[in-house]
Amino acid sequence: MSSGSSIDNPIRGTGRRPNGSNIPEPLYRWFSDWGEMVVDAMVTVGDMAVFAGRMFLWLFSTWPRKGTLLPNFYHVGVLSLPVVALTGTFIGMVLANQSYTQFADIGLESRLGAVINMSLVRELGPVLAATMLAGRVGSAMAAVLGTMRVTEQIDALTSMGANPIHYLVVPRFLACILLIPALSIMADFMGIVGGYFYSVIMLGIDHYQYLNNSRQIVGGWDFFMGIFKSFFFGGIIAIVSCYRGFNCQAGAEGVGRAATASFVFSFVLILAVDLLLNILLDAVYVTLWPHATKQLL
Amino acid sequence: MSELKFTLQDPNEKPAGPSGSGVERGTESEHNGADSQVATVVAESSQSAGSTPLVELRDLTLQFNGQTILDCINLKIPRGQTMVIIGESGCGKTMLLKTVVGLIKPTSGQVLYDGQDIHQLNDLEMTALRRKFGFVFQNAALFDSMTIGENVAFPLVQHNLAQGRQLRRTIVEALAEVGLPENVLGKRPAELSGGMRKRVGLARALVLDPELVLYDEPTTGLDPIMSDVINELMLKTSRRPGVTSLCITHDMKSAKKVADRVVMLYPYSRLPENESQILFDDFPSKLDQCPDKRVTQFVRGQAGERLMELRKTEVDAYQDTPDLSSKYAK
Repeated sequence: MSSGSSIDNPIRGTGRRPNGSNIPEPLYRWFSDWGEMVVDAMVTVGDMAVFAGRMFLWLFSTWPRKGTLLPNFYHVGVLSLPVVALTGTFIGMVLANQSYTQFADIGLESRLGAVINMSLVRELGPVLAATMLAGRVGSAMAAVLGTMRVTEQIDALTSMGANPIHYLVVPRFLACILLIPALSIMADFMGIVGGYFYSVIMLGIDHYQYLNNSRQIVGGWDFFMGIFKSFFFGGIIAIVSCYRGFNCQAGAEGVGRAATASFVFSFVLILAVDLLLNILLDAVYVTLWPHATKQLL
Repeated sequence: MSELKFTLQDPNEKPAGPSGSGVERGTESEHNGADSQVATVVAESSQSAGSTPLVELRDLTLQFNGQTILDCINLKIPRGQTMVIIGESGCGKTMLLKTVVGLIKPTSGQVLYDGQDIHQLNDLEMTALRRKFGFVFQNAALFDSMTIGENVAFPLVQHNLAQGRQLRRTIVEALAEVGLPENVLGKRPAELSGGMRKRVGLARALVLDPELVLYDEPTTGLDPIMSDVINELMLKTSRRPGVTSLCITHDMKSAKKVADRVVMLYPYSRLPENESQILFDDFPSKLDQCPDKRVTQFVRGQAGERLMELRKTEVDAYQDTPDLSSKYAK
């Protein structure tokens, strides 16, 4: 496509002071560095928005081929499942281990089920699955696309009449956004199992109390909230990683930097969006069911 | 001889501003002399004489991060011609090529394909137009996640042009055309040698029967024999009816062998002011007699005063230290 390269930045600082200004050189440089950083950040955000916009245009205009979809689904879904299940199990057990002493001190260890499962279903399951996906799949996507950019494979795609966004980004986006809920459910489930195992079998909390408390407190809304958020996490991972890969700088160093940056940036964004969505969804909950109250203890 | 197809640029179409150094005018007057004679030849040899050229660059300017790479390039490539662009590394040859197929957007100016400005097209129209291009990349740019067969099949599959047995037959034919046996089909690009990869790249570019074939340094990094094989393949391709070729190279042997017309680009950064970046635009046979020293120097591969440049930077490097220290003395 005609605007395959990233938006050029005409404002990029030349580092030179305009003639005749009486600002001292270090001060000028300090300001110009900050200004350049701000401008760069704005350009990146805008560029990424344009990138995402074009991705959505292609997503809704032409469905990608099955041949490009399935390998991505396999990589994102099937291959990520074991690691997500494993981390989920451990985080459930760690939660039980950490909260047990606190709750046992006030004699409320039978309420542990509610605490563990609530935090798992609402927060830790989806965020953990997203983190694993960002690390496992996101940085790999950035590295693969970055290498393709550096070795002119993306140009080759374009020159043969394939749109790289349609061919490379849309399948990856679909794979992330459609499979991350499944991975989140897996993380939730394994976390619940892990938490139950540690609490009931290792720490000897009463089986009935543990489950009954969980059942009373953790409801469909909490589950929905976690899964709803995971769609956003999947979208963030795909867009950030693909954007970073597409705008990869030359050489091995560029590819490495793209991979690292994609993980760091998508993780920060995941947590920030998580907070915003929590605030939003809580407000929605209060509006829908004004009289419902949740008592944890 | 294919030179008959050669048409000359209309001198009036040259950029208004930066044309007019002595050397530039010298080659232009040569053009004028031969103009009438060539024009008549062209009128009978190809239908393109009256019609628009296949590719036309108008005042093409390209800047990256405030640095000018190409400045007001005007070129016309008539149908059926094989044009070779020579020039040292970093003079913007590859950028020019990528601008022609729309991979890079020019800062200003136009790229006309068949009279149509390609940078005005939307994504879908552009995709359709690209079916007419075949691009041979410098390092072949094969998709390393696919086998050789899938690589060559890619354009066909992408445009839904062939399926099943017919697809396979087309691929085998395309590979045979560049002299590769059928057993490479299942191999990965990493398993092939550089020359083979380049030939696969050529096969992939030619599989759609393109109107315009673009080569990005096709012989760079190959042994002399393989270079000649690639040259022969290029010649064979250019003889296909209706194929126009645009090749950039700094392999003079290759340029002289395949070209109908040679254009030499000069890096903008070292160009004297108000001079066109196109130093030479004529038959390959005239390369050796070009009055411009920079052209003959390039053709013969002589470092000349560029060696002095090396020495100068060495001296600079040592003499620069006091300046640096004074900067940090404050």
